[in-house]
Amino acid sequence: MTLLVPRADEVDLRAPDDLGPRRRGLAGRSARWLLYAFLVAVFAIPLWSIVATALSGATIPPGRFVIIPDQLTLTNLVDTWTSERILRYFVNSLIVVGIGVPLQTMVSALAAYALSRRQFWAGSIVMLIFLCTMMMPEEVIAIPLYLVLSEMPPFNVSLLNTYAGMILPVVGWAFSIFVLTKFMNELPRELEEAARVDGATDFGYFWRVVLPCVRPALGVVTVFGFLMIWEQYLLPLIVAQDTEMFTLQIALLNLRQDDMIPMAVVMSAALLAMLPSVIVYLLLQRHFHAGITAGAVKG
Amino acid sequence: MDGTRLRRRARRRSTLTLWAFLLPALIAFAYFKFYPIGYGVWLSFHNVGIMGNHSWVGLKNFARAFDDTFLHAAFWHTVLYVVLGVTLSVLVGFGLALALAGQARHIRLVRTAVFLPAVVTVAVCAEVFRILYHPTPDGPLNWLLGLVNLGPFGFTSDPSTSMLSVIGMHVWKNAPYDMVVLLAAMTGVDRSLYESARVDGANWAARLWFITIPSIRFAFTIVITLGIIRSLRVFPEVYTLTGGGPARSSEVIMTYIYRVSFVDVDLGYASALSTLLFLLTVVITAATLLLRKERS
Repeated sequence: MTLLVPRADEVDLRAPDDLGPRRRGLAGRSARWLLYAFLVAVFAIPLWSIVATALSGATIPPGRFVIIPDQLTLTNLVDTWTSERILRYFVNSLIVVGIGVPLQTMVSALAAYALSRRQFWAGSIVMLIFLCTMMMPEEVIAIPLYLVLSEMPPFNVSLLNTYAGMILPVVGWAFSIFVLTKFMNELPRELEEAARVDGATDFGYFWRVVLPCVRPALGVVTVFGFLMIWEQYLLPLIVAQDTEMFTLQIALLNLRQDDMIPMAVVMSAALLAMLPSVIVYLLLQRHFHAGITAGAVKG
Repeated sequence: MDGTRLRRRARRRSTLTLWAFLLPALIAFAYFKFYPIGYGVWLSFHNVGIMGNHSWVGLKNFARAFDDTFLHAAFWHTVLYVVLGVTLSVLVGFGLALALAGQARHIRLVRTAVFLPAVVTVAVCAEVFRILYHPTPDGPLNWLLGLVNLGPFGFTSDPSTSMLSVIGMHVWKNAPYDMVVLLAAMTGVDRSLYESARVDGANWAARLWFITIPSIRFAFTIVITLGIIRSLRVFPEVYTLTGGGPARSSEVIMTYIYRVSFVDVDLGYASALSTLLFLLTVVITAATLLLRKERS
């Protein structure tokens, strides 16, 4: 896949303001700022209303869009986040990401190392096979995967309603293998030869030299992997058999449909479901946009 | 031993080591991707019974799909979702990219804010839109539309607008993503092209049409292709916002398959439908790859 963007030294960082009508002066500037305010209102304010509703002490009727918290209080938020039920869902999600993401990154890094070795003649064939799985997204294989997880041939054990059932199917991800392979291909040959001369084993070279060198790629892959697994819906939905095993994402629907649960509580749960992605994104924007612009996009 | 045999042994050992590096990924893919696909295709020809009691029914499941009006409706809803959803999100994304291009800090801040929907999970987006789409006249969107005298809509509770409402949420969530991809491509366009166009007297619209758009054609292809392939198998967006209702008016292929599997518990038929969806995905992916090869 070719790069969508030229490398950093070729990019012109000036605003490409030749792309639109440029109106100087107060009228033009205020129009622009109005536009920015409008865009922020459309795309960001709805998400803010989740926060505002969660921080509201008054009873919020179902159709009300809260921008300023009605009776500002942390009680609903704290009570929801520490309630046994929500905590359980949150912990389930944490376990799935906490084990799934490192596993996925490590498995992908190991595979990418092999695929990036020049002497590995089967490399491109295997890579092609991995890329084929982009056409086998979880939705398409969900039903048979459900049956496989319930039987796990030939072990004859059921992984339904277990963390393993939610984690193992996502450990293999062609995207991360692809990105890591591309970065590992860039490593200079001399590095490998020097390591060989020093008598390093393949794994030693991999662990002590290659991994540190591709750290930005590891960052990208981890961020995307985290977001992908945190957002998972169909897989946890079919694996979980009772509500105890629900992840936070699939629990939200249950919470909302329960009429006994006030909006502030539902929104507190939604906030909890939303916070990790937002925090990860805000902190790691660099990695994020690097991943998107490197011609690699979520499959 | 002489040098050649030593080297050959070393190479063989090293290749074996590399296969060991690949092993975890190979197992994961074989067991959780390839095997289920094959198994699913095999199940398509069976009536799936409990305790592994499957009976061969040949093409009966596929024949049933042919006559299944619910499936047809779901298919056309999916087509609508793909066509409208991808078109709108690319157009809006492109508009956003044009409006928010630049490296100034305030513009980057606005971009960060605008990109948030793309990062937030689908389930959370559904909660937001559940509120926005409240069907009463004082529901948020209806209130806004009321300001310009547009009558209150039922959105997700009205069968005639439920699919469009889901598409609306899709565009809100995906346009910022397309914006980023298109913007990245736009930064690579040669500035001198713009300079010479201005010298020639071309206005901004002409520069946009004749320089910008053709230069980032590849990026357009990417967002459109990926958008199509992802939208075909849409699930959580519909499941969390409308559940396929009301009265299956927003049912899409995947929600229908889910319903057949876990509500009707007809896994043989569901497998057949999944196989058909898989074939559709493969055909479209192959078509887009071929189209791209032809272009370049």
